[in-house]
Amino acid sequence: MEKEALIELVDLYKIYSVGDTEIKANNGINMTIYRGEMVAIIGKSGSGKSTIMNIIGALDTPTSGQYLLEGRDVSKLKGDDLAEIRNKTIGFIFQQYNLLPKQSVLDNVALPLLYARIGDRERKKRSMEVLRKVGLENKHKNYPTQLSGGQQQRASIARALAGNPSIILADEPTGALDSKTSKEVIDILHQLHEEGNTIVLITHDRSIAAEAERIIQISDGTIVFDGEAKEYNHDNMADVENSMG
Amino acid sequence: MTIWQTLKIVWGNIIKNRMRSFLTMLGMIIGVASVILLVSLMQGFYTNMLDSYADMGINNVSVTINGRNGNMMLTEADMYQYAKDHSIAIKGVTPTVFFQGTIYKNGEKIENSSMKGVDEYYTQLIKKETETGRTFSYSDMSTQQKVCVIGSYVNQRLFGGNAKNGDTLSLNGEELQIIGILKQSSDSSEWSSDNCLYIPYTTAARLYGFGSVSSYEFFIKDRAQVSSETNKIKEYLFHTFRDTKAYNVSNMVDMLKAIDGEMSILTSMIAGIAGISLVVAGVGIMNIMLVSVSERIKEIGIRKSLGAKHRDIMRQFVLEAGATSTIGGALGIALGTVLTIEGGKLLKINAMPTTSSMVSAFCISVGIGILFGYLPARKAAKLNPIDALRSE
Repeated sequence: MEKEALIELVDLYKIYSVGDTEIKANNGINMTIYRGEMVAIIGKSGSGKSTIMNIIGALDTPTSGQYLLEGRDVSKLKGDDLAEIRNKTIGFIFQQYNLLPKQSVLDNVALPLLYARIGDRERKKRSMEVLRKVGLENKHKNYPTQLSGGQQQRASIARALAGNPSIILADEPTGALDSKTSKEVIDILHQLHEEGNTIVLITHDRSIAAEAERIIQISDGTIVFDGEAKEYNHDNMADVENSMG
Repeated sequence: MTIWQTLKIVWGNIIKNRMRSFLTMLGMIIGVASVILLVSLMQGFYTNMLDSYADMGINNVSVTINGRNGNMMLTEADMYQYAKDHSIAIKGVTPTVFFQGTIYKNGEKIENSSMKGVDEYYTQLIKKETETGRTFSYSDMSTQQKVCVIGSYVNQRLFGGNAKNGDTLSLNGEELQIIGILKQSSDSSEWSSDNCLYIPYTTAARLYGFGSVSSYEFFIKDRAQVSSETNKIKEYLFHTFRDTKAYNVSNMVDMLKAIDGEMSILTSMIAGIAGISLVVAGVGIMNIMLVSVSERIKEIGIRKSLGAKHRDIMRQFVLEAGATSTIGGALGIALGTVLTIEGGKLLKINAMPTTSSMVSAFCISVGIGILFGYLPARKAAKLNPIDALRSE
């Protein structure tokens, strides 16, 4: 089967100016992520992996270079156009879940559909479908604070899935969970991957990164490793983990 | 996101912070209530005033002849003829002699009665009827009889309500015989038209030192024609005297127009002062909305990361400010209505909240809410999603 490029970063630079000094967060990044892949982007704190995540997630734009998303150059887009991309193409999963505490689980999950201007009934139907997928259909009336950490993360996965995005972008999805609930979350991600979803994991956790098929390691704003997970040198990984302290 | 869906979110936020929402609204409530209260009470006073002027003859045109070099040049007969010639618009004319005086009877006295010397048509022209007795006749005029017709207030004060025809009272030392008592036309109070005393104008002219009659009251059929008839009378008099100083013509309608203009300036000023409190309330809303935005930076970041656009965030915060001020405005209308009605009772005036004051106070409060909600909303909508997500 022909591989279809979903994300293409071409000679991507992101430079922040802090006073007089320039910080090169991304220093000439080239990468391609294909539809249906499960990729882990790893790197230590300050390596530039968060900047890459922000750019891939259309939360930020590069200083120079191209970001082709589904073949369309989105690196020059602004404000509402980026919001549109986030709404239609990206499903975010955050470390801290980022659910709205004053809204029910169902309303939280329905948010992306609300901003996509999907009608009431359709919105509820689709939200319930994704909640069923993560096993939270009985909790849809609860508020996030009434759920355990694992359940909240599953709710946020449901929210990421609700808009049927091209990419699931998970930023340290198990960072706030114990090993047992982490496993549940990873299992769900595997299941989504098997169903054909493209999953990009941002993590520093060796065991989580090892769950992906492919690993891209970032250091000092450049890619230092890009290959299959099983080929990944675990010494590199140890290096990453040690630096995380 | 549709308006309706946004409103649901907005309502949820207002309810969840109900104490804060109420305190924010309080400024609006007080502002709107005070605008309605003040404007409506002003209107009530004004209506009361108009009513009492109407009692005094709003359809009348008063003419005073000063004459030239002591020569009046015009007589009662000329005036009667003029009224007859213009009978399409003029119901009639009566010579009037105004005088001051004190009425005595049984040791009681009245000093502020409306006293006039009038002709035999007068009571009919002012649409008053006698309770008992009769009104003046032609012979009362021609023979300068010392008779009088009294209003019900005078009857109450001096005779305990039991005056009979033939009873006498003393006016400035002259003994007058009562020939008629008028029916109560107002509330028989001291300041109403029931505090009156009429005598034949010929008698008044003789008794109180006026050689000839110099004042006339023309009765106009239609209030709308009072101004134009006044001008016609002025033309006639100018034609006679060729000197505007020789006569004076006035009417209540033109006077009321002037008062009306002054009243509306006064009302707008008072409404404006009360309106300032609405602006202050608006600043209060802006303050709370800014706090609300700061508290919800994380929420805004989450919404933006999920695809909320600039207008979605704008709409949410503008509508929240608008809804707060709308509810405040509605509660203010309710409070203002109650206060106006109760205040009117207390001040013994007939005050009802005017629709215009309610509508304008409400619209202004909603407008101010949206206006002052705009700045915080823009602040929220302009937040960078990455920074917003990172905030705690």
